[in-house]
Amino acid sequence: MTKISTIAYRDLKSYFTSPIAYIIIAVFLAVMGWMFFNILFYFNQESMRMQQYSPKGISLTDGVLRPLFGNMNVILIFLTPFITMRLFAEEKKLHTIELLLTSPVKLYEIVLGKFISSFLFVTLMLALTLTYPIILFATGNPDLGPIITCYTGTLLLSACYLSVGLVFTAMTENQIVAGALTFVALIFFFIINWVSHFAGNVWGEVFTYLSLIGHFQNLSQGIFNSVDILYYLSFIVVSLFLSHRVIDSYRWR
Amino acid sequence: MIQVSHLTKMYGSRPAIDDLSFEIQKGEIVGFLGPNGAGKTTTMKILTCFMPATSGTAVLEGFDVFENPIEVKRKIGYLPEIPPVYSEMRVKDYIEYAALLHEVPKSKLKQAVNSAIEKVSIGDVQNRLIGNLSKGYRQRVGLAQALVHNPEILILDEPTIGLDPKQIIEIRELIKTLGGTHTIILSSHILPEVTATCQRIIVINKGRIVGEDTLEGLSARMKKGLLYSMIVKNPSQDGLAALKQLPGIKTVSHTGSKIVIELQHGTQDMRDKIVETAVKKGMGVLEFSSEKISLEEVFLQLTTEESTIGNGSAKTSIPNLDVAAHL
Ligand SMILES: Nc1ncnc2c1ncn2[C@@H]1O[C@H](COP(=O)(O)OP(=O)(O)OP(=O)(O)O)[C@@H](O)[C@H]1O
Ligand SMILES: [Mg+2]
Repeated sequence: MTKISTIAYRDLKSYFTSPIAYIIIAVFLAVMGWMFFNILFYFNQESMRMQQYSPKGISLTDGVLRPLFGNMNVILIFLTPFITMRLFAEEKKLHTIELLLTSPVKLYEIVLGKFISSFLFVTLMLALTLTYPIILFATGNPDLGPIITCYTGTLLLSACYLSVGLVFTAMTENQIVAGALTFVALIFFFIINWVSHFAGNVWGEVFTYLSLIGHFQNLSQGIFNSVDILYYLSFIVVSLFLSHRVIDSYRWR
Repeated sequence: MIQVSHLTKMYGSRPAIDDLSFEIQKGEIVGFLGPNGAGKTTTMKILTCFMPATSGTAVLEGFDVFENPIEVKRKIGYLPEIPPVYSEMRVKDYIEYAALLHEVPKSKLKQAVNSAIEKVSIGDVQNRLIGNLSKGYRQRVGLAQALVHNPEILILDEPTIGLDPKQIIEIRELIKTLGGTHTIILSSHILPEVTATCQRIIVINKGRIVGEDTLEGLSARMKKGLLYSMIVKNPSQDGLAALKQLPGIKTVSHTGSKIVIELQHGTQDMRDKIVETAVKKGMGVLEFSSEKISLEEVFLQLTTEESTIGNGSAKTSIPNLDVAAHL
């Protein structure tokens, strides 16, 4: 455990020594902020119009939270490859991996350390968006439940993105290649959901099941379903295992 | 204690090292000597469990690199060919990181880091970013990283490359003081480097061991190697025999008009006597030159004629140098 945290701490710290970390955070906050206020503005107009028909109007959950987190999950597909791309690729390129692989550290400890560092980075990014629910609480009366499930879901989803990124950064010593491949793979897992609309019944269900975003539906409505959580967790475990295998086979070349 | 037997590493169908076997005792300082591409780095990467061998075994302190890599890694400190340093880290943080990876307990961390920093004298840059350091300093940081957990075995791949002469001497001294309590393997393609620090030298070339000797053995070979070569007009059996009769001459051999004379160990300058005798016997001296076989030449000889010099014969054969004719 101590070695995992040693590695995670070093990697997390090294994020903040390069400008890319600040650029990722800045882009994320700028885009999210812009979306949040747009959604809020639109929601205001809509809810005033809706009030003419039903006294309750549409809820903050449906009108603000769901579109906000839906967008956030797509934006994270673009940003997480930048977070993971260097994790192994750079170590290989600069030969620092020789220190890790000749230290009395197990391979899984290295993989977990790297994964945790990237996860902590995303957690920090998401923590900075807590301002939006705070604004909602200050101005309205949102349900706490969906906010919690949305954040939990987004964290799980990001962890899936990151674990895919880890597989590809383990494969190459070129950061750009690692990032690009991660992006393509994530888009694939995203698009698989659309395909399910056209595919037949059985295949449609299989594709929906495989889709990363598909499992966010319940969570976005404030529902914890063990199937979704289990899906995300197994997705992460399988990807981490794959990265472990890839790094191991790198030694055999 | 390191026991390596029949170690082979293939890259595709080409062997990088081919059936290496050797043993290194506890506390010994051994030099791997060989030209570029000989397989020094490959051997070290296998010993440090960085990569597996294709066949053969390596056992360090009783642990097999393949079966017990973690145990082996606990016992070694490794300075790779390219120091594995992170340019965005500060020197001290980096060495601390390496110490933590190598299980230095928290209570001894500070002391271990400081002593490693002191050993390679990088105290003046300990708070700087590694990326801003010169190559030599980076090399020293790499060395500190290998030393920080006080490992039983040190594996150093070209440890003094890129250092200035003063540092080279300091690092050599450091390596010598570490010997005895630590088992040390270092690699180099520069002979003086290994003769300055190592007790035993393993010469490898094209993945094979072509010579293995103690420092004494190698220097003895050098002393034996005082050679004269002479080109004469009329070589005659009579003349050659007369040369052989001279005191202090060990062997006289000739190919065509060229005569090579080897002196016995410790013989003083014999040039005047030899030329005198040759002239007296009417051989007609055209050219005469004397050449000391340097260690470099022994090394070159070992690594360029690997087909004729095997593992055993390398210890006894004296290279028959084609000495350039110059007076
Ligand atoms: N990853 C690799 N793929 C293919 N061949 C390799 C690889 N690494 C090394 N080799 C080959 O293995 C042989 C031994 O290389 P090695 O790096 O061990 O030599 P060395 O003795 O350390 O040389 P140098 O003095 O240049 O450092 C070389 O012929 C090299 O080309
Ligand atoms: Mg090398």
